[in-house]
Amino acid sequence: MNVEVMIEALPKLLEGAWLSLQLLFISGFFGVLIAVPLAIARASQNTAVKALPYAYIFFFRGTPLLVQLFLVYYGLAQFAFITENPILWPILREPYWCAIITFSLHTGAYIAEILRGAIQAVPHGEIEAARALGMRRSTTMGRIVLPCAARIALPAYGNELILMLKGSALASTITLLDLTGMARTIIARNYMPLETFLMAGVIYMTITFVLVRGLRFIEHRTSAHMRPRPTGPAEGNPAAAE
Amino acid sequence: MEAEADAASAGAADAVLAVEDIHKHFGRIEVLRGISLTAHTGDVIAILGSSGSGKSTFLRCLNFLETPTAGRIHLHGEEIRTRADRAGALRPTSHRQLTRLRARVGMVFQQFNLWPHMTVLANLVEAPRRVRGMPRAEAVEKAEALLEKVGLADRRHYYPAHLSGGQQQRAAIARTLAMDPELILFDEPTSALDPELVGEVLTVMESLAAEGRTMLIVTHEMAFARDVSTRTLFLHDGRVEEEGPPDDLFSNPRSERLRKFLSRLLT
Repeated sequence: MNVEVMIEALPKLLEGAWLSLQLLFISGFFGVLIAVPLAIARASQNTAVKALPYAYIFFFRGTPLLVQLFLVYYGLAQFAFITENPILWPILREPYWCAIITFSLHTGAYIAEILRGAIQAVPHGEIEAARALGMRRSTTMGRIVLPCAARIALPAYGNELILMLKGSALASTITLLDLTGMARTIIARNYMPLETFLMAGVIYMTITFVLVRGLRFIEHRTSAHMRPRPTGPAEGNPAAAE
Repeated sequence: MEAEADAASAGAADAVLAVEDIHKHFGRIEVLRGISLTAHTGDVIAILGSSGSGKSTFLRCLNFLETPTAGRIHLHGEEIRTRADRAGALRPTSHRQLTRLRARVGMVFQQFNLWPHMTVLANLVEAPRRVRGMPRAEAVEKAEALLEKVGLADRRHYYPAHLSGGQQQRAAIARTLAMDPELILFDEPTSALDPELVGEVLTVMESLAAEGRTMLIVTHEMAFARDVSTRTLFLHDGRVEEEGPPDDLFSNPRSERLRKFLSRLLT
């Protein structure tokens, strides 16, 4: 094994890693924006309201991400009304935006299911309390249900984020030089697949490690109400003071 | 503005709450078989009955957490407008009217139902701010005064999970009081509490009754019902079996069922 080759490849690989991170966070952000209304509709009691998000989620969970990516990148270019559209075409001819759009739609479907489960896990009594106090449905959703659901969904969302990091390697199939794409380009020149892919793998693991740590930090910060109260010297134990 | 066209019906105009002939079916089972009730300002009405008698369901129908199948409900002379849906339940016609009326009726739950992701203070501030649009500083000031009143001033920055059951229920009562309700519904407020924590909650409720607040209390605390209520209802099988001043009901139960119910509880 040639360590020198690995170090040589590092700057280019980090460049690729930067693109992977962009794909991950931009699609992660839009994925959440897509998922919130989908999840609210999915948690509805109304069958008609549930149907559309159900179909959407069924499609995006039922087909491989690679197929979805090809459909957007190669498939949409078949339609004249897209290639002739002055707004859509400048976006859809760029592999970068094709990847962002596909990943957002894909991760959005998964996040929506995670969030739907979390919304339905919010105890009904908390919602009744809000209703009994005269809160409108939208206020109840925004102030009570979603904040509780977000906290419930966070661990599963972290898992989805890590899966998306590795899913983003598929961007390399539509000419993007993300971490995987960059590794393949380097190998085409240096013929050292072991060293180069190993280095790429180490970078993926490092990113995952930072993500896991970051998520754990956020979980900790948002769960003060679920932990036993830290007994400070000033206030003492609340149970004992009763 | 509040008094609408049908206010005069049933002479309900001066009553805080007027309920006419409420029925409720769960499928083919009829849980409420026509209950009527009028509450005037300062009334403290205790609702007794064995489990399954429909007392909680009745209370929950009053602010439409449960939809009755038939009947009319007036709050301060204003009837909650409803229409029957296909399943036969009465749906509120105007969600806006319902939320407006709900904001004037407090409710205290058996399971407290505080919002776990907010501190006690935030729980109290939430509804006045989001429903009434009260400025934050004013809502906080009011919340702190109420927490003082229920003896939780030093717990205002605690999360509900860090409080005892009795403290949580007192906080929930304070949360309801923050909306200045004209009527407070208590749905078995002490049934989920450890016996030694029941007293602190009853003390708070007693002080509310002494202030002249209008309250409807579903409870199993017989001594409390007897001492604090101005009127007592005994429900059996979805009907009002007996009704009157608490002393009459407890000392001279007329019906066999109430006699049995009392003897089972008092011995």
